[in-house]
Amino acid sequence: MTPEEQKEVRARQRSRSIVVGLLLGALVILFYGISIAKIAGH
Amino acid sequence: MTTVTIDTRTLPAHWRDFLALTKPRVMTLVVFTGLCGLLAAPGGIHPILGFTAILCIALGAGAAGALNQWYEAEIDAQMKRTAGRPLPAGRMDRQSALHFGVGLSFFSVILLGLATNWLAAAILAVSILFYVIVYTMWLKPRTAQNIVIGGAAGAFPPVIGWAAVTGDVSALPVALFALIFFWTPPHFWALALFVKTDYAKAGIPMLPVVAGEVATRRQIWLYTAIMAAAAMAPVLLRLTGPIYGTTAFLGTALFAVFAFQVSVHRESDPERMKPERRLFKYSILYLFLLFGAVVVDRWVFA
Repeated sequence: MTPEEQKEVRARQRSRSIVVGLLLGALVILFYGISIAKIAGH
Repeated sequence: MTTVTIDTRTLPAHWRDFLALTKPRVMTLVVFTGLCGLLAAPGGIHPILGFTAILCIALGAGAAGALNQWYEAEIDAQMKRTAGRPLPAGRMDRQSALHFGVGLSFFSVILLGLATNWLAAAILAVSILFYVIVYTMWLKPRTAQNIVIGGAAGAFPPVIGWAAVTGDVSALPVALFALIFFWTPPHFWALALFVKTDYAKAGIPMLPVVAGEVATRRQIWLYTAIMAAAAMAPVLLRLTGPIYGTTAFLGTALFAVFAFQVSVHRESDPERMKPERRLFKYSILYLFLLFGAVVVDRWVFA
């Protein structure tokens, strides 16, 4: 793999990690909200 | 020490390609009709749970889209409209698409079940399986009536939205299901008329390819008549009031005019298929209008 390709792989891994991180953060907030809504409903 | 060789095909796919796999543009109509089903349902739902339900419908649709593209990668590669998708363009390997689609399917169904109820989750699961197995794998490559039955997959969202609120399925969501179900053939065949050459090349038995354009135009008109009955059913069954009634009557009348123009039009050059393009574009607006009217009507009169 050429250094350019290596750089491209790293860049993609980085951007994917950021997106996955953001999605997980959003899920934490969503599950918190669902829990509160469920508790409030009972 | 071992050396690992990586060729360009093992380059990790860009996250945007995973997003493209979910067909975000198709999702708009799915989310909108699902939301309308949810808002038209009697009783209330906690806003966060309502949001989650719509999110799950969108994720389920995205999962179905990803699995569809996983299965049809070779077919997509032969059509101009779809050749740029992540798999045929070689930007992603097939297994990633399969894992993404299956994972997203399970996630959306389980999350919907936990957040709302298991009837809604079961209907979502059925709709994903219907789209992937019955439509994509079974009917689409075999029969020219593929999209008629396959259209059912796209008709589920308002039923899921309704079930998420009420926990049951009554006459109105069934009527909304029927509306999308009978709307799909004229909508899709209008498109198939002016992209006919592409479907022919990929060997997909779309109606214009198998039965000819004249037969397709006649069937567009036929299904428009059935769709009109489905559109007026909520009014005749007194499930909705005059707001929906007026919108449905005027909207369907215009739809019928456009469909009639298509049915009598004789033109094989896609470049000159103006009535067909007009019907296709209007059909999308039509569905938005009628579903919007159902919600407004229910809010004003229920």
